[in-house]
Formats: sequence, C-alpha cells, structure tokens
Amino acid sequence: MTARRLEIWRGDASGGDFVEYEIAAEEGMVVLDAVREVQRTQANDLAVRWNCKAAKCGCCSAEVNGRPRLMCKSRLDDFPATETIRVEPMRAFPLVRDLVTDVSWNYEVEKRIPPFAAREGADWLIGQADVDRMSEFRKCIECFLCQDVCHVLREHDLKLPYFGPRFMVRVAALEMHPLDGVDRTDLLHGEGGIALCNITKCCSDVCPEGIRITDNAIIPLKERIVDRRYDPLVGLVRRLARAMRRGHS
Amino acid sequence: MNVVPAGIESHECDVLVIGAGGAGLRSAIAASALGARTTLVCKSLLGKAHTVMAEGGVAAALANVDVDDSWQVHLSDTLFGGKYLNNWRMAELHAKEAPERVTELERWGGVFDRTPDRRMSQRAFGGHTHKRLVHIGDRTGRELLRTLQDRAVHQGVDVFMEYTVTRLLTDGDRVCGALAYKRLTGEFVVFAGRAVVLATGGAGRCYRVNSNSWESTGDGHALAYEVGAELVDMEFVQFHPTGMVAPPGVIGLLVTEAVRGEGGVLRNSGGERFMERYDPKRLELSTRDVVARAIYTEVAEGRGTLRGGVLLDVSHLPSATVTKKLPGMYDQFLELAGVDITREPMEVGPTCHYFMGGVRVEAETAASTVPGLFACGECSGGMNGANRLGGNSLSDLLVFGKRAGEGAAEFAGSPVTPRVDGAQVREGLDEMAAFQSGDRPEDPYEVEADLQRTMQDLVGIFREGDGLSRALTELERLRARTAKVGAPGARAFNPAWNLCRDLRNLLTCAEAVTRSALMRTESRGAHSRLDHPEYDDYWSKHNIVVRKEPDGMRVDVRPAVRVPELAALVEARMAAEQS
Repeated sequence: MTARRLEIWRGDASGGDFVEYEIAAEEGMVVLDAVREVQRTQANDLAVRWNCKAAKCGCCSAEVNGRPRLMCKSRLDDFPATETIRVEPMRAFPLVRDLVTDVSWNYEVEKRIPPFAAREGADWLIGQADVDRMSEFRKCIECFLCQDVCHVLREHDLKLPYFGPRFMVRVAALEMHPLDGVDRTDLLHGEGGIALCNITKCCSDVCPEGIRITDNAIIPLKERIVDRRYDPLVGLVRRLARAMRRGHS
Repeated sequence: MNVVPAGIESHECDVLVIGAGGAGLRSAIAASALGARTTLVCKSLLGKAHTVMAEGGVAAALANVDVDDSWQVHLSDTLFGGKYLNNWRMAELHAKEAPERVTELERWGGVFDRTPDRRMSQRAFGGHTHKRLVHIGDRTGRELLRTLQDRAVHQGVDVFMEYTVTRLLTDGDRVCGALAYKRLTGEFVVFAGRAVVLATGGAGRCYRVNSNSWESTGDGHALAYEVGAELVDMEFVQFHPTGMVAPPGVIGLLVTEAVRGEGGVLRNSGGERFMERYDPKRLELSTRDVVARAIYTEVAEGRGTLRGGVLLDVSHLPSATVTKKLPGMYDQFLELAGVDITREPMEVGPTCHYFMGGVRVEAETAASTVPGLFACGECSGGMNGANRLGGNSLSDLLVFGKRAGEGAAEFAGSPVTPRVDGAQVREGLDEMAAFQSGDRPEDPYEVEADLQRTMQDLVGIFREGDGLSRALTELERLRARTAKVGAPGARAFNPAWNLCRDLRNLLTCAEAVTRSALMRTESRGAHSRLDHPEYDDYWSKHNIVVRKEPDGMRVDVRPAVRVPELAALVEARMAAEQS
C-alpha cells in the first residue's frame, strides 16, 4: 500500500474548486477505485457515475490530468508515484455536480438519426468481412469522450450545428450495413454538420475502444457525400432524370 | 383522479416499465407496439444497464452450425442445467421462442458474427449440447442492448433516465404506478401507470465478490415483495466460475465463459486439468454450478494459486483467434492486470453473478401474483430453476420481455382506471427525508460492506445450517443499523443518500436468500449444503417462495410447475445422464 494524492473537482453549476484527498493505493488500482475510496471514506456525497468497472459501459468518463479518459481504465501506476492526480468532469457538457455532467444532449441527437431499416428484398445473408467492418463502429461504448474533446462542440458549448464524432460513428455503422435501405447523406450534410469537422483527429486519440473515428468513419462519410452530391457525372444523370420527369408530366 | 401532493411532478402512462436493460427495453417495445403509452424509467443513463456487460452470447436453437439442434434439445439442456426445478412451461416457451426473438434482433439492425455461408454463427457454451450461442466477439450484450435501445427510442417510448423508484403505488389490491426520485436533482416524481413491468435485474451487490454494478441492489425483488408479491427460488444464487482474482482493484470482474467456449483450459497450481475429476464428460464446459464448486474446492484444498484462484489458459490457441474471438478479454487482462492472455494464463475464481430467484410469475404473461404487476429478466424467477446456463439470460430477457410487455399492455387496456393515493406518496417522501433528519449515526457504505461480508462468508457457494442461522441473526443486526443510516448534504446526485434506500432492498433480498437456503435441506444446482450434500426427492418437486406478512417474511413451499407433455423428454434426459 502506498499513499497517493488526488485532486478532485467538487462543486456544481454555481461554482466549486479542486479538493485534495489522500488514499492508500493497492496494487492495480485505477482512478475510479481511488475516487470511490474517497467517496467511501472521506466524502460520502461525492458525485460520480460508474457501472461496469471494465470499460464496457462508458459511464466513468472524466478528465484525468487534463486528458479525457475512462477512470476505470486509468491505472494509478501509469502516473509517477509522487504526482498528484487531478480528476475533473468532462468540460464540454453542463455540470451537474462534482464529476457528473449532463450528457442528455447526446441522447437528443441520437433521436434525430433515422434508425436501421432493411432495404426491400434483403436476403439476410451477410459476410463476416462486412460484420468486421461494422464492428469497429458498433463497439462504441457511448462514453462521449470524443464529444468532450471535439473542438467544434467543446469550444462552442454544443451550439454549432454538428452531431459530433460519436454520431458520425453511429451513422457510419448504419450506412455501412450492407442491408440498410436508408440514405442519411442529406442529414449529415445538413443538420448533421459533417463539414464542420476539420479532421484534427483528437476524437480518435481519446477513444477507449480505439475506433479510428476520423479515418474510418468521418472521412469515408465526407467522401460519400461528395460522391453523391458533387460528382459531375452523377449530377448530370440527376439533371437529365429531372428533365425527363418534367417532360413526361 | 390521482391525488398527487402539491409540488410533486407527475406523469401518466398505460404501461410503466422499471429498468432499461434488455428485459425492460424489450417489454417497452412490445407494449408500445400494441399501442400502449409506454414509459421507461431507469437508474443509469440509457444503454448502461447490466446487459451491456454480457459477453458470450444469446442462446437460441437456430441450428445454423449444429444442424441437430432443436428447441427440444435446448429445453432439455435448460432443464438439466436447472436440475429440473425450473418452471417447465417457462423453459419450454423460452426454448421455442428464442430463435424468433434473436432473428428479430437481426431484422432490427443487430449485427452478429457469421458462418461461412453468411448466416448467424453460433458458439459452444457450458451445459449446451450443441453450438448454440449467437454472438459478436465478446460484446454480445452491448450489441443486443444498442439494438433494443435504438428500437425503443425510435418507436416513441418515453424514457426517464437516472430515476430511482423507491416504492410501487397501489389502489386496492392492484398496482397503479410508482414513486421515484430524479438522481440529478433529488426531486420526486410520480409515475401513474395502469400496469407496471419490473425489469430491474439482480441483487449481486449482496456479496463482497461480485461481477455486478452499483445498480444490482434487488430493487424489483424488494418493490414487488413490499406490495405482497411472491419471490421464488431465492436460495439459488449463481456464482460465475471465472471472475478476476487479481489485482485487488478488479476482484470479481467477469471473465466470459466464451473463454472456455473457445477452448480455454482450467488448471490448478499443480498443472492438473482438474475438471477431469469433477465432470469428465463436459470438462470446462460443464454447468456453472459444477465449475464454480470445483474451482472453490481446488482452492480450499490448497491447490489454488497464491492469490486464491486457478489458472485459465488460452495460450495454446492461435493468438489471432484469441484477439478476434475474445478482444474484450485480451484488452481487459492486458490493461487491468498486465497479463497477455495469448502467452500467459489468467488467474480466475468464482464471483457472484446472477440471481436465479425472483418475482414468481405466470409463464404466458409474466404476471406476478399482484394484479397489474409484471416481471421479466433477472428479477423474475422460475425460468432458470436451480442453475442458469450461460447464454440463457439474454434469450430469457428477449422472450419474457416481450411477453411481459404484451401482458402489461393487455392488462392496461381494462376499462377501470386506478387512482394514485396521496397518502402513499407522502409516506414515500417521508421515508427518503428521514435519512437526512434526526440522529443518524450509521454510515451506509459501512453497513453495505458488512452486509456483503456476512453473505459472502455465510451464504456463499457452500452453506450449512448453523452458518445460515448465524447469518439471519447478523441480518437482524444489520437491519437495525440500516434504520439508523444517514446521509447529510444536498440531494442532487448524492450517492450516499441513494445508498441509504438501496440498502433496504439488499437486506430484503439477503434475508430471502438466507431463509430459503435454510429451508432447502438438500444440495441442488447452485445451492450446496455441506450438512445436506445429497439430492432429496421431496425437494426435487418443490419450490420455495417467500412473501411479506404483517409479522415479517414468510417462507412457504409450492409444488414445482411441471408440464405433463414434457415428462417423456425429461425422463429421457435423466436416463441419458445416468448412463
């Protein structure tokens, strides 16, 4: 057992500050264990979300020494023994109390994305290669760390018209389903605001599931929009089709 | 007219679902599909419920891989695994309907691993005769939950996240809603509902070593008990054979059975493949009760590792198989324990995982013994008998989630409108206010830890009469302390204040487990009595139920639910197992 010092942000929307705590650290302890130890022994009312303790539920998102991370996946011995570990809530979302933020905005965005709907005549035969490709996106644990770190969301208080990296991943999972029959490109281009992403890849850096959000989700989606909306050949076909329809009516 | 005290927010619906794991979501989808105005209330954020942690797969006799599989074999495996004490009708419906429920998930956009001919693949699992578990890597629960979550939200189910229900409201003998507090603010809300579905999961937090989150405090069990419903099979608590044993911070964390399904081998510290002595036929893929007892025995008799576990090894498999089929386990051990499972064995030991016991329900509609109250998933009892097979919980919650939702929607359609009673609401408010007033010297976290220690030491994998009696005395003491727990400070997201109330649910479940375990003087499935090590003929035909009486918890016996048409199938299985 070694003594470890933590600074945990305490307070609510009306204000607050970091409070220093010291705990006895056991082998293999993670930041979430340390925070819960503080809660158990020194600050009963310390507000923190957690569920699975195994990086599967995405509840215990916070900023540890300034970096968005899952507390259950951040081992104390990853930090120098003499260093005070600073834990604070995700800063992109409105604060509720202590380490808990109001992430309901994300659930509102989710509602605006049309769900999977099979195209007509789907045979329900899917290859493993398609499954593997979709899996990268479907394994998202909705920790919202990517949303927290995204400049477009964080620096504009969620007010710019952009769904954020989590929902680019969500749309990618749907769009890449071989049997999906819904076209979401207009949505992405419009209220989804995909053009606002300037590909800094910060979201990919913090993803605890290692999803290559920018390279494998956002860029291919941007390309898809370009293909569908700006391809000169497709444009010509579209104009011709429109002209023919007018001719018939 | 509902009478809700001034200043208390209230909502009305036809069907109120409590809990947003797989069972709650599936029942909400079913109720809303029938046109019922459906409200879903859950303790955590949507998508974080315990189902998200299920790893190995969902059992359904699709026969995509093993063409000999059928619902009859699945049923026979389920009944053998449950030591024939299951509600046979529930097990039958489950085996018959699971394939349709899983196929439906795929139609809703769920994505699972494939066979070479591009159909859903199926993997081997403990106690299943055939390769039967539809899966995706080792994150099947996450896929299932996301698919249901998406379906429910887009089908117009009203979701209230981070609300904790503290009591069910009744009108005469029927249930008519619930009182809850909003965790983010501590404010109270009344949900009036013409029917209520409980889908609150288990009570694994009764034990010190468990694989459960803070949520698993037996809320549904206790809420139902308080309004007079019967709980059945509470003595059967599943200890998953393989939880992590080191480092200390991760003790109890689940190591999926898929590790053994994919070929993982168990060895003791002497390198012996000890399952050869306990179940030479099924080895590592024996049922969970058998494997958990075997590991416990190896460690107790001095053949465990220094840290009190045994070794589970997949290093003989190609490392690409391990990282592809068990990616979550690979990451979990590498990051949390510093162990590369493609090269070294894992250290594992039993961890409290699942409650077979729960609200006693009618098979067809999941209706409890209280009118208007339904239950499905882990908080209901009967389906799994004395021991649950891995993979049967995800199929259980799909099959009976749907049935509960439909049962509730139908009940809600009756012309009589129930009325919320303001006095009950006020009582509920007073209960929660009491934790912040007067002399409250007890710390809820300490009481919780003592409760967990008591249950772990005296009502664990092996039990005996004296220990169980001592546990009852200890639980009385803990109840007295729970009456004095307090949590000062603001109510907004105050986990200590929340725990004060959760403790009561844990105590109800702990007492039900202990009293039922004391009554069952035999060993069967997950219930092992050192002082009664054999099967008993009487107990093979009876379930134990508990219910609330004015003077305390009453324990009773009910004849087991049998289906005459299935007798031949069961007899054939019994004969095959004895040969």
